[in-house]
Amino acid sequence: MHIPDGYLSPQTYIPLFGVSIVFWRMAQKKLKKQLSLKHVPYLGMAAAFSFLIQMFNIPIPGGTTGHAVGAAIIAILLGPWTAVIAVSVVLIIQAIIFGDGGITALGANCFNMAVVMPFVSYGLFKLVKGRATGGVRVAVAAFLSGYLGLTAAALLTAVEFGIQPLMATGADGRPLYAPYPLSLAVPVMVLEHLALFGVAEGLVTMLLLKYFLKHEHDLVYAIAGPSANQ
Amino acid sequence: MTAFQKKLWIGLLIMALMTPLGILLPRIFRAEEAWGEWGVHQVEKLIGYVPEGLNKMADLWRAPFPDYHVAGDDSSMAFQVLSYIISGLIGMVACALVFLLVSRLIAKAKHGK
Repeated sequence: MHIPDGYLSPQTYIPLFGVSIVFWRMAQKKLKKQLSLKHVPYLGMAAAFSFLIQMFNIPIPGGTTGHAVGAAIIAILLGPWTAVIAVSVVLIIQAIIFGDGGITALGANCFNMAVVMPFVSYGLFKLVKGRATGGVRVAVAAFLSGYLGLTAAALLTAVEFGIQPLMATGADGRPLYAPYPLSLAVPVMVLEHLALFGVAEGLVTMLLLKYFLKHEHDLVYAIAGPSANQ
Repeated sequence: MTAFQKKLWIGLLIMALMTPLGILLPRIFRAEEAWGEWGVHQVEKLIGYVPEGLNKMADLWRAPFPDYHVAGDDSSMAFQVLSYIISGLIGMVACALVFLLVSRLIAKAKHGK
């Protein structure tokens, strides 16, 4: 889901940089105000986890590969604004050091995986969980949070790819950037995430949440709140 | 660091050592690149030409360890596995360092109040 350089037109990547910068500023302000000290030692771990889980490429036999991002569990454990920062740092490191995702596409990639995904995941978790603080309902909420959060990020990525042929074509009418239309990019990206990669994100989210609820219940932002035990 | 946190870091270290699964499994199941992350040559193979803008921008940035390889792409499998693990460790350390710095800044800000 890491858009490389050259796949997005400047009319796409520049505005998305703008949007991501706005969210980074907002996240910085939010965290300055309400990041609880109990979460500080977990920031680096959260980022490291997201970095590593993304290295586990999952194959669709004979097809493409994909991976989980870890943004859902980070949003649930440490809050969505913390997840914005943690996952953005990961994406920046991946782009600069490992060439995974383009430099020009960093704003877009951060918007998809580090802004939209944490908020969709967190919102879904809260919505499905209701007032439950454990049990099957929380497990289902966690799974859906990862499953649909990652799929939402994939959908956005596909839309960004798919609008390129509409936005910029050369004198010969051929696309200048990502060549495939929306009618192809959206179904391919969404279906592969619904079928496989989203399931991985869902399971990782569910199992890790279970582990944290068992061992460090008060840490879990989405259940214990941001400031308990500060 | 609490015992719980230590356990988590060890878990992450184990994860880093297991990362080669992420290149071995796709090879076993003959899976290609992620959709939309093709290199210039693959794009040409897929659609018969390289879009002009893509061609111009594709090599904008030369990363020190492209595609999580600390050395060339055509080295042996054993080396690729090792190289992938080293990349995982580099990424892990980079994340830890960034947030160590961030937490210093937070501590300083809270102390200053």
